Amino acid sequence: MTTSLAPNSADDALAYRPVALVDLLDRVLATGVVISGDLTLAIADVDLVRISLRALVASVGALAPPEDAG
Amino acid sequence: MSSTVEAAAARPAVAGAWLHGVVRDADRAALAAIAGMDGAPVRAVSAAGLVAVVSTAPLDEYGEQPLRRNLEDLAWLERAARAHHEVVAALARRGPVVPARLATVHTDDGRVAESLAARRAELVATLDRLTGRGEWGVKGYLVPGAAAVSAEPAGAGGVGTAYLRRRRAQLTARDEGQQAASAAAEEVHAALCELAVAGRRHAPQDRRLSGAATSMVLNGAYLLDLAVLADFTALVGALADRHPEIKLELTGPWPPYSFVAERPAEPTHTVREPR
Repeated sequence: MTTSLAPNSADDALAYRPVALVDLLDRVLATGVVISGDLTLAIADVDLVRISLRALVASVGALAPPEDAG
Repeated sequence: MSSTVEAAAARPAVAGAWLHGVVRDADRAALAAIAGMDGAPVRAVSAAGLVAVVSTAPLDEYGEQPLRRNLEDLAWLERAARAHHEVVAALARRGPVVPARLATVHTDDGRVAESLAARRAELVATLDRLTGRGEWGVKGYLVPGAAAVSAEPAGAGGVGTAYLRRRRAQLTARDEGQQAASAAAEEVHAALCELAVAGRRHAPQDRRLSGAATSMVLNGAYLLDLAVLADFTALVGALADRHPEIKLELTGPWPPYSFVAERPAEPTHTVREPR
């Protein structure tokens, strides 16, 4: 039951390599500097980020069977 | 013939600036070789002795309303996240970079320059802190049945009783396994933090997103001096041997996404288990 979102494993080289989307989203959505200003359209708006992630979970949930409730 | 011209005139392409990250300085020729959001080269916006690296971002796709819609689209989100990451990673290969959060869009370059000037001291301090360092991730997954399993009690009783006893033992074993894995995750994180400049734990990933077979008990990020990388890798191996109740996975190097927020405002909840 793998999807395209499955994590990659990395060895210890100092090379940047293709990364799992889920690992990437952990980092680029909830962390990172937010340079804010009145005309900045940065999605610093927490609600918006959460909305998009609900959609993300829903999209993937439609592909994979739900997790075992245990 | 004139219809094309009229259509273009009716909808002028207003271009904003999608911020990838801030660096101390940037070689124009190097930037020209880095593809940005829509494949076009990224640009430098210089101000206050710093350089913001941006992609031109037409506001009909990257403006606030289109962005709200587009962020709901998994394919768009993935494309944007990967394009942004490729730029940040390319910058990180050349030197310290303060990565911007995904979808940081300014309406024009002037606004970017104002932001650089307004936050100069903080950005410079962050760049200094990140120099010669990189981020690595360590994820830990529960290994079912690795914790000591209670011996199945023998005894009299019918088939039903035996079933219930077995079932209870299974549930107890699972709880114990979960607790042992969580405790191991704490120990692993603490040990890794001793070697790292800084460490933090992201929320565990939803298994439906990660595709992992078992639940995640550790989603750690560690800022490392590059000099300790070999020691860190060895430590991950040693910790994995010491804690068979969890499986460890090392990722990286990452640009220092997890270590640029001046304050980790809230625990991150990006990709969490559903309730």
